[in-house]
Amino acid sequence: MKYVIMFTSTPSLAEDVTATTQTDLYERIYRWFGENADSIADSGAELQPVSTATTVRHGADGPVVTDGPFSEAKEIIGGFSVLDVPDLDAAIAIVKTWPSLELPGVAVEIRPMVTNYDQFEQ
Amino acid sequence: MTPEDAAAPGDQSARPAVSDRELARLVREETARIVGTLAASTGSLDVAEEATAEAIEEALRQWRRQGVPPRPGGWLMQAARHNAVDRLRREARYRAKLALLDSETVDPSDTAADADERLPLLFGCCHPAIAPESQLALTLRAVLGVTTAQIARATLEPEATVGQRISRAKRKMADAGIPLRIPEPDKRAERLDIVLAVISVMYDSAHLMAGAGAEADRDLADDAIWLAGVVARALPGEAEAAGLQALLLFHRAREGARAVDGEFVLLADQDRGRWDVSLITQARGELDRAARLRAPGRWQLHAAIAACHADASSLADTDWLQMLVLYDMLLGYDPSPIVRLNRAVVLDQVAGPVPALAEVDAVRGRLENYRLWHAVRARLLRELGREDEAMAADLRALELTANDAERRLIGARLAR
Repeated sequence: MKYVIMFTSTPSLAEDVTATTQTDLYERIYRWFGENADSIADSGAELQPVSTATTVRHGADGPVVTDGPFSEAKEIIGGFSVLDVPDLDAAIAIVKTWPSLELPGVAVEIRPMVTNYDQFEQ
Repeated sequence: MTPEDAAAPGDQSARPAVSDRELARLVREETARIVGTLAASTGSLDVAEEATAEAIEEALRQWRRQGVPPRPGGWLMQAARHNAVDRLRREARYRAKLALLDSETVDPSDTAADADERLPLLFGCCHPAIAPESQLALTLRAVLGVTTAQIARATLEPEATVGQRISRAKRKMADAGIPLRIPEPDKRAERLDIVLAVISVMYDSAHLMAGAGAEADRDLADDAIWLAGVVARALPGEAEAAGLQALLLFHRAREGARAVDGEFVLLADQDRGRWDVSLITQARGELDRAARLRAPGRWQLHAAIAACHADASSLADTDWLQMLVLYDMLLGYDPSPIVRLNRAVVLDQVAGPVPALAEVDAVRGRLENYRLWHAVRARLLRELGREDEAMAADLRALELTANDAERRLIGARLAR
């Protein structure tokens, strides 16, 4: 099954992460992608900070463009990847080893991808 | 389908009437195996579970009237398989599975009574990706064959709510790819703890029934003890599984003194002669077996605390200090407010109502809507001579309880 994993963090809780920790984390994240290469269908993308976001939103008189992310949530999405593994347990096992999870406020959401479009054809 | 198609009916007139208890036992023995087998061959827990639930309802209707057929497991399996085929035919996307199901001839009553084959389903239903209240409902239905109506009576929820909860959970299992599998030993402890917690809640639910008492046709306490036994036997190396079984057996042993003629009796007033000595012996045996595995945990500590009550010949003879020490250890594994509340009751016996009340008040924020928090608080306030506050707390407890026997117990205290 294919799962999109979304890496999220809470900037207000990550302020005191030191530069050394950050560098160390990047190294381990790099290794993480290497170690799990067989299960990663698409390494996805790391996103620029949320301050760079632009949102196009539904408006009564046509789409409206605004500065900022689509939601005011405290958690922000920092990137995503696509896993291809047999089941949710396998996805959970890999995600549990995501190096940034040792930082407070970090969370990874696992969502199955729609791969079978039959359900929309009936 | 008609159930008569599913198995040769035999000479039905000669079969004796069957009690609800016996029917419940038959259903619970067979359900998990049938659901597991059909889930494996159809690839859909939803199809398997619905087909089995329908077969159970048919069986209950027919068996109550005509008695139990000679091979009830085979009857249920055949009826469930028939229902599954019907269901697959109606849904185009399952057609490929249909050929597979038709070609198999699995009969669960012919297989050995191997408890292990029920565990993958149980671990799937108690997966952490499923909401806790749904884990319980799904386990009751898919593993034990309890009907939605029976679950609704036990959890004090509308039947429609329970039904939705179960279908949402099954959809999540299918769409998110939750496997029906016993977790690997290195990942098993935390998953097993969820299973054990669900069984413990199941046991407690038996005492929450709305209305007067135990007139429900499924005794969930019985079901919970049975399931705890299945898990403990299937995983003999897991100390916590034995711990939970011991805990529930200790509780069960005291049941006869705790509820007399539909009324609750407080521990202080219980006739200890009514405690079931053979169940206590069995519980001690399980707890000893757990201890020898040298892997302590919260369920064993809960059981050890229950053992302190069972060991005492009277309330005065109870080793409260030992219990307090065990509660302190338990807090290391399970710092939940409920454990702190129960510890406060013991603290009252060891150190008096002042520190006990302080401890109870410390968990107010998280237990303010829990009836027993108010009931314990009322007792401590009364000990301290603060009658008006005690009465207010009892009134709040009364508002929060739906069980008639509990209401009468609190009502009697208020009337004094």
